[in-house]
Amino acid sequence: MSTTEIDRQWTTRLRRRAAGKLPPEKLLPDKQPSYVSSWIYVFGVTTLAALTVVIATGCLLAIRGPQWWHSSSVGLFVNSLHLWSVEIFFFAMVVHLWGKYFMAAWRGGRAMTWMTGVVTFLTSIGAAFTGYVSQSNFDSQWISTQAKDGINSTGVGAFFNVLNLGQMLMWHIVLLPLVAVLLTAIHVLLVRVKGVVPPFEDVPKATK
Amino acid sequence: MTKKAFRPDVDAPEWKGGYSPYDIIKEGTIALVVVALLTLLLAIVFGSPDEHAITIKTWSNAAPVDFATTALSELNGTSTTAQYGAPYNHGSTGPQLGPFTLAKWAGVRISVNTVNDFVIDPLKSQPSQPALSTALTQWSQASSSERAGWVADYTKAAGKMTFANGQVMVNSTNAGPVPVFIEDLTQMARSGALDQALITQAGFYTTNYTMPLLFLADGTYLSGLADHQHLTGDQWGMMNETGSYPGQAWLWLYTFWYQIPPFNTSANADVLVFAIMGLLSIGLLVTPFIPGLRSIPRKTRVYRLIWREHYQNQEKT
Ligand code: HEM
Repeated sequence: MSTTEIDRQWTTRLRRRAAGKLPPEKLLPDKQPSYVSSWIYVFGVTTLAALTVVIATGCLLAIRGPQWWHSSSVGLFVNSLHLWSVEIFFFAMVVHLWGKYFMAAWRGGRAMTWMTGVVTFLTSIGAAFTGYVSQSNFDSQWISTQAKDGINSTGVGAFFNVLNLGQMLMWHIVLLPLVAVLLTAIHVLLVRVKGVVPPFEDVPKATK
Repeated sequence: MTKKAFRPDVDAPEWKGGYSPYDIIKEGTIALVVVALLTLLLAIVFGSPDEHAITIKTWSNAAPVDFATTALSELNGTSTTAQYGAPYNHGSTGPQLGPFTLAKWAGVRISVNTVNDFVIDPLKSQPSQPALSTALTQWSQASSSERAGWVADYTKAAGKMTFANGQVMVNSTNAGPVPVFIEDLTQMARSGALDQALITQAGFYTTNYTMPLLFLADGTYLSGLADHQHLTGDQWGMMNETGSYPGQAWLWLYTFWYQIPPFNTSANADVLVFAIMGLLSIGLLVTPFIPGLRSIPRKTRVYRLIWREHYQNQEKT
């Protein structure tokens, strides 16, 4: 076996590329530029933490099936945990989004980071919406019968039937979380690859 | 290679300043613990709402006249579902986006025939009752103009419909089998059998509630309860949740359009609002590439607040 054969292997090439783009010191850095000392950076991590809690509490709800929480006080409490972690998730994400906007954090080749963020945001809205219509209670009866008109008017309703509980539940617990988690992983890895965006270069007031 | 000019909204300056220790794993762990505790606290203090689903049984017992009137609207084709259009039927063209009717292009894919699906077929599923069997035979053998005549006759008299002694009372004179249909469907609904008949149309196992939900939404009972819970469209609608919970607050912009002209009165509001939100979402997506939009952060100087410490340090040195 020659070294060139090893060099040409897909596995070798993938490993070298990954290690080149994201060496361990970049993936898990132990220091950051000194401008990374603002409260705004808390919200990205908080969004990530909230997403983790959302998924964990969703998994707890999944154990006993979709009807459990209607008849069990423990179930209702787990539902409350799931609901409130979602509210925290969205709150943190929206602050994160506007923070990144006003930092123009797409600068320096970070447009993909911004764009994966936006798609994650939209996917999360879909995930939360399918959650609301999968509740199998009065709230979901009302929300689904109202929301169908908007979605039907675009033609999408012919394939994405918000009145079909089984379909909505599958999107809520399988498809959309999968997409959201994948996108989040890409998003966070992109941040590590590019490093945190430096501030605008400002002329200090005194010299103006 | 020529060096391109520095574009402040696209390029980032190279960082020549210092670095500080930063424990990313510790920060992540702390964030997780704090969020978990905050979630626990909010869940303990506020809980979450869970209003039981209503059924056609609860509806027809609480408001039999509303139910029977709705059943009639399914039969005479005046219900929302009967006149919906795609994806359910050909009842109307549906909302227009300018010259385009997107729903119609996608076609009728969740076929709903309100006469058969909501009235005749459920009645057929009932164990044989002589009066009902006769009525169903009479219906199936009649021409469409005969049927229309009976339904029109009943509809004319149904304005004065009452419900007394457990029966639907309408003074129709020449309505053929229609009085039996409405009466029996109402009894079926009040016993809970209609819920089952609508849900199990696809067989034993099902997870699809399209039929009973459409029927429920055609009446005024469901929206009456929703109005009570401040959930209707003109009350910022479905972004709210039952009780005093934040609900889907992130849908505020979507719901906002429905509150203002021309959308609050337009028959095409649904598709127009979706189009606007679609465009805005694309705008958000491509913000880094749109001159003007991407300069707002630099021009508003909000970043001075965000990186306050950094600029203070800079000014000191
Ligand atoms: C599930 C949702 C999201 C998660 C978990 C998440 C997480 C993160 C994390 C952990 C960081 C690095 C730390 C920081 O700079 O705050 C980050 C950076 C970033 N995020 Fe997000 N984010 C999400 C959604 C979004 C959204 C909706 C946007 C904007 C539309 C966005 C835009 C960005 C940008 C541009 C950066 C790079 C920041 C820089 O270089 O300073 N993210 N995100």
